[in-house]
Amino acid sequence: MSRILPVLAVVLAIVVLWYAAAVKMNAAWVYDQAARAGEPAPAFSQLVRLTMNQDRPVLPAPHQVITELANSTLGMKISSKRSLVYHGWITISATLLGFAMGTGLGILLAVGIIHNRAMDMSVMPWAIASQTIPILAIAPMIIVVMNSLGVQGLIPKAIISAFLSFFPVLVGMVKGLRSPDQMQLDLLSTYNANGAQVFWGLRLPASMPYLFTSLKVGIAASLVGAIVGEMPTGAVAGLGARLLSGSYYGQTVQIWAALFAAALVAASLVGIVGIIERRTLKRMGMAR
Amino acid sequence: MIWVVFSLAFWVAAWALNVRLSHSSFVKTRIGQLIVPAIFGVTLLVLWQGVVTGLQVSPVILPPPSAIWERILASGPTLWADFQQTFMKGALRGYAIGCGAAFLTAVAIDRFPFLQRGLLPVGNFVAALPIVGIAPILVMWFGFDWQSKAAVVVVMVFFPVLVNTVAGLAASEVMQRDLMATYSASYWQSLFKLRLPAAMPFIFNGLKIATTLALIGAIVAEFFGSPIVGMGFRITAEVGRLGLDMVWAEIAVAALAGSAFYGLVALIEKRVTFWHPSQRG
Repeated sequence: MSRILPVLAVVLAIVVLWYAAAVKMNAAWVYDQAARAGEPAPAFSQLVRLTMNQDRPVLPAPHQVITELANSTLGMKISSKRSLVYHGWITISATLLGFAMGTGLGILLAVGIIHNRAMDMSVMPWAIASQTIPILAIAPMIIVVMNSLGVQGLIPKAIISAFLSFFPVLVGMVKGLRSPDQMQLDLLSTYNANGAQVFWGLRLPASMPYLFTSLKVGIAASLVGAIVGEMPTGAVAGLGARLLSGSYYGQTVQIWAALFAAALVAASLVGIVGIIERRTLKRMGMAR
Repeated sequence: MIWVVFSLAFWVAAWALNVRLSHSSFVKTRIGQLIVPAIFGVTLLVLWQGVVTGLQVSPVILPPPSAIWERILASGPTLWADFQQTFMKGALRGYAIGCGAAFLTAVAIDRFPFLQRGLLPVGNFVAALPIVGIAPILVMWFGFDWQSKAAVVVVMVFFPVLVNTVAGLAASEVMQRDLMATYSASYWQSLFKLRLPAAMPFIFNGLKIATTLALIGAIVAEFFGSPIVGMGFRITAEVGRLGLDMVWAEIAVAALAGSAFYGLVALIEKRVTFWHPSQRG
């Protein structure tokens, strides 16, 4: 209870602030309407009522966003083009495919790096330096180039996702595979263990906490990649496309609903990885 | 075909050289540490150039590095204008405002354990969200010019810096804080003399993460509308007319700016936290 209460208080404060901001930011439109109709400016109580349910508010009130979110998830068929479940699934499938590709590639390269000194010295500095590069900027180019090669739909988005999740996993895995200390490695060499046995018996298990930490970063990054990857395609489908079409047509409520859906997806993806992490580490006796 | 064979041969030769170098004692020196990755980087460029020229890949799909370099030389003023618009105006101002606000907020909530316990989980949660998504909203609110880009950057860098600063302010040990108390140091004295210096490694960690986020935020926000200048604008516009050499030129500039920005922050960190074990090595 003592942990939940402060969080609830903060969330409540955010909601209150949001309502206040909604009133303030949407008031201009109400005054404008009143002035056009030749009426006197509305009183405060009426102003609040009028700012809460506009069609295209500058800042939609929280309940409007929740209603839109509920309508577009529960309120219509999943196959409908306006359903957020449909768009969300498109984004999630690209995210997961890209995440799997990026993670697999990252782990493979990490294994290569710790076993090959030349690879370590050549690739690792570039891998670290590449973290400082805004990779997301190449997203539109990948989409268009893949398109001109005849590859459309899921794959180009997944490649962007893979790109983004690849580097955290690579760096984390290299750190993790190197985490056994000299004493443990020496012990295995007194057992006359060969390279493969050291890898499967010591290095890989020891790297698990590092792997899961970077998986959580990686899956959040994958989702961002998939969402941004959906933007330059001309707003066909996916959460990113909902954001873009909302911004084209001034549908602010739709943007916010898509944003909330993206937040929910991100939270549940990271949460699922977290649950797997806890289960795995517990089974392996590494739970803290 | 001769190009492909040549570049593959170059690759094999460079790799053999790197294997030799990495097992020699030369790599222990500082120059050796730099030269091995440099050889690898050059190899990648040669391979790229050779394969693209040799297989006659259309420049619409992948332009060779030489064409990109020519484009950089030919359109220097455009690139410079885009860099100023996106980096100097959008990213840097947003970075300064966002990090400053996050730092002040962290110091403020540090005094109230209740707020700290409430804000930290929320901050951690928000840091994992796809915040770039608010870009279209902020572009609507603040218009197409750099103000909206700076606003996106502010929101993106705020939470990582906040979470790291709060963690950093808790990093000083109880013993050290007790010592300050026995000196009868006031809150502000112990903040400036003990807790802020002790928090610096954490704060700089947040600041370094934020450098990349700032550039990403500024570029992605331009995808949603911008004046006819800016790196994100140029990338989308040139992708539309298949001027991929210009796109790669912008990416090269972005990569350079991102690395330089990160390097600068890392350099300041080295100066400020010279006492920390990770800096003494």
